[in-house]
Amino acid sequence: MENAFTIAAYVVAAVLFILSLGGLSGQESAKRAVWYGIVGMAVAVIATMFGPGSGLWLASLVLIAGGAVVGYQLATKVEMTQMPELVAIMHSLVGLAAVFVGFNADLMINYVGNIYEAQGLVMGAVGDDGITAIGLPKEAYDGLSAFGKLIAKKSSVEIGILRVELVLGIWIGAVTFTGSVIAYGKLAGKVDSSAKKLPGGHLLNAGAAALSLLLAIMYLGGSGSWTLVLLTLLALFIGYHLIMGIGGADMPVVVSMLNSYSGWAAAAIGFSLGNDLLIVVGALVGSSGAILSYIMCKAMNRSFISVILGGFGGAAGEQMAVEGEQIAIDADGVAQALDEADSIIIIPGYGMAVAQAQQNVAELTRRLRAKGKEVRFAIHPVAGRLPGHMNVLLAEAKVPYDIVLEMDEINDDFPDTDVAIVIGSNDIVNPAAQDDPNSPIAGMPVLECWKAKQVFVSKRGQGTGYSGIENPLFFKDNTRMFYGDAKASLDTLLGKIS
Amino acid sequence: MIDAKEGTAQVKIGTPKEVFEGENRVAMTPDSARQLQKLGYDCLIETGAGEKAGFSDALYEEAGVTVIKTPAALWKEADIVAKVRQPDGGELKRLREGQTLISFFNPAANEEGMEAAKKKGANVIAMEMVPRISRAQKMDALSSMANIAGYRAVIEAGNNFGRFFTGQVTAAGKVPPAKVLVVGAGVAGLAAIGTSTSLGAITYAFDVRPEVAEQVESMGAEFVFLDFEEEQQDGSATGGYASVSSPEFAAAQLAKFRELAPDIDIVITTALIPNREAPELWTKDMVESMKPGSVIVDLAAEKGGNCKLTVKDEKIVTDNGVTIIGYTDFPSRMATQASNLYATNIRHMMTDLTPEKDGQIVHNMEDDVIRGATVTYEKEITFPPPPPKVQAIAAKPKEKAKELTPDEKKAQELAAFKAQTKQQVTLLAVGAALVLGVGLIPGMPASFMQHFIVFVLSVFIGFQVIWNVAHSLHTPLMAVTNAISSIIILGALIQIGSSSLLITLLAALGIFMAAVNIFGGFLVTRRMLAMFQKS
Repeated sequence: MENAFTIAAYVVAAVLFILSLGGLSGQESAKRAVWYGIVGMAVAVIATMFGPGSGLWLASLVLIAGGAVVGYQLATKVEMTQMPELVAIMHSLVGLAAVFVGFNADLMINYVGNIYEAQGLVMGAVGDDGITAIGLPKEAYDGLSAFGKLIAKKSSVEIGILRVELVLGIWIGAVTFTGSVIAYGKLAGKVDSSAKKLPGGHLLNAGAAALSLLLAIMYLGGSGSWTLVLLTLLALFIGYHLIMGIGGADMPVVVSMLNSYSGWAAAAIGFSLGNDLLIVVGALVGSSGAILSYIMCKAMNRSFISVILGGFGGAAGEQMAVEGEQIAIDADGVAQALDEADSIIIIPGYGMAVAQAQQNVAELTRRLRAKGKEVRFAIHPVAGRLPGHMNVLLAEAKVPYDIVLEMDEINDDFPDTDVAIVIGSNDIVNPAAQDDPNSPIAGMPVLECWKAKQVFVSKRGQGTGYSGIENPLFFKDNTRMFYGDAKASLDTLLGKIS
Repeated sequence: MIDAKEGTAQVKIGTPKEVFEGENRVAMTPDSARQLQKLGYDCLIETGAGEKAGFSDALYEEAGVTVIKTPAALWKEADIVAKVRQPDGGELKRLREGQTLISFFNPAANEEGMEAAKKKGANVIAMEMVPRISRAQKMDALSSMANIAGYRAVIEAGNNFGRFFTGQVTAAGKVPPAKVLVVGAGVAGLAAIGTSTSLGAITYAFDVRPEVAEQVESMGAEFVFLDFEEEQQDGSATGGYASVSSPEFAAAQLAKFRELAPDIDIVITTALIPNREAPELWTKDMVESMKPGSVIVDLAAEKGGNCKLTVKDEKIVTDNGVTIIGYTDFPSRMATQASNLYATNIRHMMTDLTPEKDGQIVHNMEDDVIRGATVTYEKEITFPPPPPKVQAIAAKPKEKAKELTPDEKKAQELAAFKAQTKQQVTLLAVGAALVLGVGLIPGMPASFMQHFIVFVLSVFIGFQVIWNVAHSLHTPLMAVTNAISSIIILGALIQIGSSSLLITLLAALGIFMAAVNIFGGFLVTRRMLAMFQKS
């Protein structure tokens, strides 16, 4: 098994990983923290290669180098607006790797079982103390690889548990794989991002899940590896169908959920391999994703279940009719109002990312700040398609992070603000969430931008947001609609502001 | 609507010379004409219309306005007539079908005017009827004129007041500051307060709507509160205007004024209630108790005056030497300023009437503002308008959050703490029970339990650590967790040395994919974090 040096190295790596996550509490410490992660990973890989994974060094190194080249390409080429897609596709890789490793464990159990049989022994048979496995004769044992030795030493109970763990690892890994691929497709616009379900809907998922449970029990009962293959196929289907049924704007939850799954899959595999570092890291990642999902759900005032099941609940009653009219304004009007304003809050949303308008927003911010105006950004937790998506986009456009504030930090400041500019967001600034108890989004925390003296909404047309409900903000007396593609609108606006 | 006779031909806006005696203002300035032409209209003006406001015909011509010789020709040619004063009999006769008149119209007391316009088929927009909603502020001529009146009232008072406004200590002796009382803190009142305080006077202000106290104080005046307990009506329910107060309230108010009167040097009354006689607020005995040389400016003179001694359009001096000014033409006395503002109000009204900016008037009776201001439309009298759909300014009096006593606060904190403790204990109990449950499963090997403990502790650490991650770093967090979840590479590394080809192959694929993730994840995280910059 692992020698003492490897385990010591794992402890070091685990501490570094924890520090790496903990460092993300601030922008400056995060820059240091990412190095902890990198060093931790290097320590873990090198220690494993010296220790239990000492076979086929060259092949391993070549493969890692190959992966490095691809990873480097991905990481340096990606546009910041495509971050959600990148994160999703990377999750799918972890999921698939977990499936492979899980299958390998099963193959190895069979392989070792065959050796036992060839020796006329029974795998997992225990000795006199009732706990320790009898094991293989010395010469057969020495012929095994490190992983084979690990399994060969296990008792039948331990092998049973090992199987439970690898089933879990494979199942979660497979769901993560197809789920992430679909999430990637939706985020990249390659798959229609609206919620779609096959006939049968959630029953289909429930049926597939029940069937996988049955197959898992059969597998544990010794029905052979075909059950495992079938179970994997079912899990792949569940991943596909589950994410197909979730709409575009719920993607922040989906991506964090998949993040969490990839962690749990790693943890399950860690159990089956008896590798503590895998367990530690898997648990860290799993809980991180779970917390992110929770924060996202809270920001939408919806339960995790309702997001996963897809779609908004029906309205509880007659929704309040929206009165008034949407009044358009041209760039001249906006420029004039900005010129007169002292304090400005910009509320970016997914529309800004779609239109790639972050550079223009940043330029506008620079010019306004140069005139001595107070410009700040208000970020709703679910703005965009990834937790923290807007922050990254604004950071890319060199908007200083200390003027980019969270909802709770800035919501009280709207009444003292001269101008609020909403760029490509809709539901997160919908006053119906507070005013109309019958609205589908009632109770969802929103940015109270309508309390500003004047609100400009940059929006493509008169359509509704993701939730499909009318936004009374657009009809308010102090709201003016600045129609058009966000980037083009801001371009004309920048022409009027020197 | 589009003028039937003109079809799509160029629509003309004309402004005649005001016929009212002493009216100096004009409804179109060269500046506003330029803007109107941008909306697609032709502009006409009667010769000499802007003379008294300081705009010569030459200035208009320079702005592209056609100068018309006679009023008759102008009324005939213009499709839209914009003027200041309510039209007199002669002007009403000149109205024709389909013509739009934009003017002050005093519809509440101008039944025959509306009848005449209705008969002629002209559409009349009365500028005083523009509803007081924030969207319509830019065309609220009453406010812009009241602003001027308020300013001018203080200047007029100063002109008739024998002392400085501001207190001074000079070599020639000490001068006490003047004390000014402004009654009614509407637009005119606030303008008067602003002017008076900036001249250095000690300014007091009173209004029946206590919610304006804040505005008054923000202008530097002291709000005069009454010792009176009554649920005050909400001014915003009546469109931001004051309404009639109860007799008890009126009595309390007069008593307060009586107490102040001997001290006050200048009184400016601006109290008007829409469509009613002005309320009497400054009685004869108060005037008598004032010091000689004091000045009263009664901005409500047109509606009978807040002081009954006021003579409309005149300045009188009472027996005890108090000057009472009852002029009603303050805006006209500052004709250039007033014309500029009024013409801008008209121009904004035209902008709303021309949504397409194509020089075609669209009289949209669905629009709150246009509907509210229109008094005759297509041979119908449309006055009074239905109440505006949108509530006026300052909707609700601020609901003050109830101040909690320290005891209540303490109790609340304690309750919250208890709830938190309870929640935590429950969670711990459930968690401990689960862990113990796993341990109690018969035959559970100790080797598994060791790993299980590591797992539970890791989840625990994960939760503690992740809650502290800044919201703005959630995307980097996902990228980093993504990278480190590739730790699964360890599993593949352990397996690759196997003698089975299939295992080796799968493990190799696993290593490759995990490696992609490790490098991609960390690199992209670094790239993102490098972008976060402080200002």
